[in-house]
Amino acid sequence: MTANGPQTVTTSESDGATSDDAMTDDAPLGSPRVDDAVIESRDLDVYYGDDQALHGINMDIPERKVTALIGPSGCGKSTFLRSINRMNDLIDIARVEGDLYFHGKNVYDEDVDPVALRRKIGMVFQKPNPFPKSIFDNVAYGLRVQGKDDGDVEEKVRTALERAALLDEVEDQLDSSGLDLSGGQQQRLCIARAIAPDPEVILMDEPASALDPVATSKIEDLVEELAEEYTVVIVTHNMQQAARISDKTAVFLTGGHLVEFDDTNKIFENPESDRVEDYITGKFG
Amino acid sequence: MSTPTETDAFEVDDSSIERMRFYGRLFLGACIVATLVGIVALIALVFDVVVEAWGWLTWEFLTHPPSYLAEHYDPSNYGDLPTGPGGIYPAIVGSIYLIAMTAVFTLVLGVGAAIYLEEYARDTKLTSFIEANIANLAGVPSIVYGLLGLALFVRAMGAGSSLLAGALTLTLLILPIVIVQTQEALRAVPDSMRQASYGTGATKWQTIRNVVLPEAIPGIMTGIILSLSRAIGETAPIIMVGAATSMFAPPNLTDPTGSFAAMPMQIFEWAKAPEDDFQHIAAAGIIVLLTVLLLMNAVAIYIRNKYDR
Ligand SMILES: Nc1ncnc2c1ncn2[C@@H]1O[C@H](COP(=O)(O)OP(=O)(O)O)[C@@H](O)[C@H]1O
Ligand SMILES: [Mg+2]
Repeated sequence: MTANGPQTVTTSESDGATSDDAMTDDAPLGSPRVDDAVIESRDLDVYYGDDQALHGINMDIPERKVTALIGPSGCGKSTFLRSINRMNDLIDIARVEGDLYFHGKNVYDEDVDPVALRRKIGMVFQKPNPFPKSIFDNVAYGLRVQGKDDGDVEEKVRTALERAALLDEVEDQLDSSGLDLSGGQQQRLCIARAIAPDPEVILMDEPASALDPVATSKIEDLVEELAEEYTVVIVTHNMQQAARISDKTAVFLTGGHLVEFDDTNKIFENPESDRVEDYITGKFG
Repeated sequence: MSTPTETDAFEVDDSSIERMRFYGRLFLGACIVATLVGIVALIALVFDVVVEAWGWLTWEFLTHPPSYLAEHYDPSNYGDLPTGPGGIYPAIVGSIYLIAMTAVFTLVLGVGAAIYLEEYARDTKLTSFIEANIANLAGVPSIVYGLLGLALFVRAMGAGSSLLAGALTLTLLILPIVIVQTQEALRAVPDSMRQASYGTGATKWQTIRNVVLPEAIPGIMTGIILSLSRAIGETAPIIMVGAATSMFAPPNLTDPTGSFAAMPMQIFEWAKAPEDDFQHIAAAGIIVLLTVLLLMNAVAIYIRNKYDR
């Protein structure tokens, strides 16, 4: 773990959910507990005003693996993703109940600074959203705001672009605007921006849904590679994509319930829930 | 026999379409006339002023203090005037200083208030009440601001009839518009930009400083400059505050509590004078004021185009 910046997110395993508090009735089918969990969601409810968008979500997210969240649209996948790095704090009417542990520390504890949390848990959004700045400044943005720009920024920017499989394409136009890139390149730029400050976890909300098939397959390859160094949580409504790139799959169904969570193979070959089977075989959703 | 003839399937000359086209042309004509009325009135006005001022607007007029005697402004007399020609110089400098100070105050107060309302304040009944009233304040007549400035800055604050009191009064006058326009500029920054910034671990202030403000600045600047160009021509408030009529030296920026002259006030003074020649002098003053105003608008347009992607 890097030593830069304020760290209110501790890594103590003492409190938190790894102890044997049994899962409640809301536990999904499958095997929602994993051994090397970095993120543990326990009875997590999320409300928008009076509407409940998530009902008692219980699941573990394993380290350095790709965890896919799938389900029909409106079932709360993005909401769950945003509750991991507290991006829901930015929505006035959103309210979270229950616990979400990151390295055993509840991120909703009073002493957790959401900004510090987001420095550990980076995010890539559905629609590519580069800043109207140069490619270089886009990637350097996280380094600068996190005060990690003391060393060799240039080197860090190039490494991030390299890892995001974009360096070859933009090597000699680092000073031109990030907005001049194609959609697929913009999304890889956003991935480079997210990984440049070296977070531990990367959250991706349908990162390829706005892209053409070629760009999509580049992003998919990239996601698999990223999992060698980062924990990746990716929302997708494309089941083939989830099957191809993920190790674990969580199936959310309408109403904001997590119905089943298991190894991706198990979910796609032999799910326990009939509704999940129907959804996967395309009978609804 | 139901074979449709050509006109059954597709009426070649449908008179209702023709009628609609006629109404369309009529409406277009009305729109063109409406546009022309505005343009013609403006051109006539400017033309009239230019004709009035012809021969009176000289370099000496721009660079000398005013005089009580109309002859002093007449270029044919310049040669034999012991006190030098009459002009508008102190009022030009006064107006520029006045606007410069107003610009600083508005930038700080207006942009600060808009950032607070748009980025920090939660959407409560109180904030929407405040926002609605700021919009209402934009419609209050300028003489009311003049009275307020007189009571508040000139008397209560003890600033006297000074540059400072004038600038603060003009600030109050344009503040509501600047706040509303700045809020609009901030609102136009897409939320996805803010999220991108927060998502990379930026604080609120870092997000506002590095992402929101750079995006919004062209809009904010145009709003401020256009408001200032309104303020520079305002006469009522500075009459109330008590701008001096005939200052023979320009005001001093190091002494913001000193008295000052300003162009609208000076023009008003000349226009009131009984001698006919003063009408020419006033027209010359108006041209100077209009030129400054147009220059400011040009800068605003330039900024907007430069940053428009
Ligand atoms: N900002 C928001 N304000 C109010 N309701 C929201 C907001 N975001 C999402 N919701 C609601 O929460 C539910 C789940 O939405 P979301 O998490 O976006 O689903 P998904 O990503 O699976 O399509 C939906 O019913 C949606 O209308
Ligand atoms: Mg979504």
